[in-house]
Amino acid sequence: MPVREQIEIHEQSDVVRIRHSVRTLAIELKFSVVDQTKIVTAASELGRNTLVHGHGGRCSIESVEQDGRAGIRLSFEDQGPGIADIQLALKDGYTSGDGMGLGLGGAKRLMSEFEIVSSPGNGTRVSVIRWKP
Amino acid sequence: MDRIPILRMGKFLLVTIQVDMHDRLAMQLQDDLTTQIAKLQARGVLIDITSLEIVDSFMGRMLVNIALMAKVLDAQTVLVGMKPAVAITLVELGLSLPGIRTALNVDRGMALLQASLSEETGAGEADDAGS
Repeated sequence: MPVREQIEIHEQSDVVRIRHSVRTLAIELKFSVVDQTKIVTAASELGRNTLVHGHGGRCSIESVEQDGRAGIRLSFEDQGPGIADIQLALKDGYTSGDGMGLGLGGAKRLMSEFEIVSSPGNGTRVSVIRWKP
Repeated sequence: MDRIPILRMGKFLLVTIQVDMHDRLAMQLQDDLTTQIAKLQARGVLIDITSLEIVDSFMGRMLVNIALMAKVLDAQTVLVGMKPAVAITLVELGLSLPGIRTALNVDRGMALLQASLSEETGAGEADDAGS
């Protein structure tokens, strides 16, 4: 399925735009209100990571389908410093900034699938999917 | 610059968050509220998040910070109007809101603030067992 929308992330208001676009698609796909909230919250966490830790990047929002099941996929990409220890970054409470350290691990818990590719100097790409029940 | 309005009701401050906050706006609210608590010698802060569709870790931290700063300034914080979906998501996200009292709606939140204030004045110098 084609990418529904791409949003460049350069400032805080871009994260707000991502939240709106993600919610609109989640509503269209008829996700429950609880699921919509989880997906939008995960999008907000990952969007902020891209902005703050990745020094900006972009987000693609798309609907996906597998075995007749609909889902929503969000991909966040940046060319920032990258993450040396992904396991550590996923740990609750670990933070390199001044956040609570729940962004990555929290987003992972809120979504059905979570994939991260990152290494120092090569930026970070996080892709998450939430499938409809 | 955008600001979230803070209303004064007697000894309490009332904030209704009605916009989808970007992070700077959340920080601004934290600063404004802390300043106003000290300036007006407020004894309680009621934050109404009925219109908030999500609370992510940044907003959660902002709410916790407000409650902590308010406490240091001798004011109680009550958070009201959290949507059930937001509550479920917060728990799954792994976010607890230490130090924040919650109530279902503004009426109950105000009652909670009133009660803790009168309990305090009624009990004179007695220890505050409520928190």
